[in-house]
Amino acid sequence: MAAASKIDPMHQFQIEGLSGQLSGAPFVFTNSALWMMIVLGAILLFMWGGMKREIVPGRWQAAVEGLVGFVTGLAMTNIGKEGRAYVPWIFTVFVFILFSNYMGLMPFGIVEAAHPFTVTSQFTVTGLLAVISFGIVLIVGIAKHGLKFFSLFVPHGTPIGLMPLIVPIEIISFMVRPFSLALRLFVAMIAGHILVEVFGNFMVQGLNAHSALGVFVWAISFIFVLGVNALELLVCGIQAYVFALLTSLYINDAVHLH
Amino acid sequence: MDLAAAKVIGAGLAAIGVGVAAIGVGNVFSAFLEGALRNPSAADGQQGRLFIGFAAAELLGLIAFVVAIIILFAV
Repeated sequence: MAAASKIDPMHQFQIEGLSGQLSGAPFVFTNSALWMMIVLGAILLFMWGGMKREIVPGRWQAAVEGLVGFVTGLAMTNIGKEGRAYVPWIFTVFVFILFSNYMGLMPFGIVEAAHPFTVTSQFTVTGLLAVISFGIVLIVGIAKHGLKFFSLFVPHGTPIGLMPLIVPIEIISFMVRPFSLALRLFVAMIAGHILVEVFGNFMVQGLNAHSALGVFVWAISFIFVLGVNALELLVCGIQAYVFALLTSLYINDAVHLH
Repeated sequence: MDLAAAKVIGAGLAAIGVGVAAIGVGNVFSAFLEGALRNPSAADGQQGRLFIGFAAAELLGLIAFVVAIIILFAV
C-alpha cells in the first residue's frame, strides 16, 4: 500500500499550460499566469473599494489607508524623508507578495480544477522582483553619487591593513543580496506548502488504513495541519514584510551610502 | 551503500541545519524580548532590526532545506 500511494508534494508547484502544450509554443497561458491575474484582480478590487475618498472613512477605506500608511511609515523610518519617492515600488512589492502568498493558502483545492497556485513559489517570479529591487539600488546609487557609490564597499574607519579583507567581503555580501532576497521568499513558500501537503496526505492515508492506529495517525496529523497552517499564515505576512523591509534598507544604502 | 540510500541519509543530515537555524531564530527573539522587557518604550523602534536579525537567521535554515531538496531531487 505504501508504494501505491506515494506522496508527491512537488506536484502542486508544477506549471501547466492551460491553453495547450508547454513545450515548443511561443506563448502559453499557464496556471501561474492565471493565478497572477487573480492576485492582480484581488489587489485591484481591494484598492478600488477603498479609494472613494470619503471624508469620514468607512471600514474598507480605513483598511486601505492603514496598509498604505504602514508601508509609507516603513519607507520613511528606514530611508528618511527621501523615502517617499520609493514608496510606490516598496508598496507594489509588499502588496503583490502579501496577496499572492495568501492566495496560495486559500482552501480552493476542494475543487480539483481550482487548486490554488502560489505565484511566489517560483524562483523566476521572486527572482525578478529581487532583480528589480537590486536594479533600483544600482541605478539610484550611481545616479545620485556617481563613482562615489563604490565607497559603499569601504565602511567608515576601516584600517588600511584590513582593506584587502574587508572590501571583497563587502562586495560579495552586496552581490549576494538579490539571491538571498529571492531565495528566502521562494523557499519559505515551498517549505510551508510541502509540509501542509505531506501532513494532509498522512491524514488521508491514516483514515484509509481502517485501523485504530490509522485513526491515531489521522488525529495527530490533523493537529499538525492546524498548527502548520497557523504558522503559514504568520510566515506569509512576515515574508512579505521582510522583503519590503530589506528592499527599503538596501535603497537606504544607495541613497545615503554609509 | 548504494546511491539511493546515501542520498536519503545525506538529505537527512542536511536537514539538521534547519533545526540549528531554529535555535538561531529563537535566540534573536529571546534577546529582543529580554531587552524589550527592560525598556519597553524603546522596543517599538527596534522592531525593524529584530526582523533583519530574524531574516538573516532564517535564511540559513532555508538554505539548509534547499541543500536537502537538491540532494534528494537534483543529484
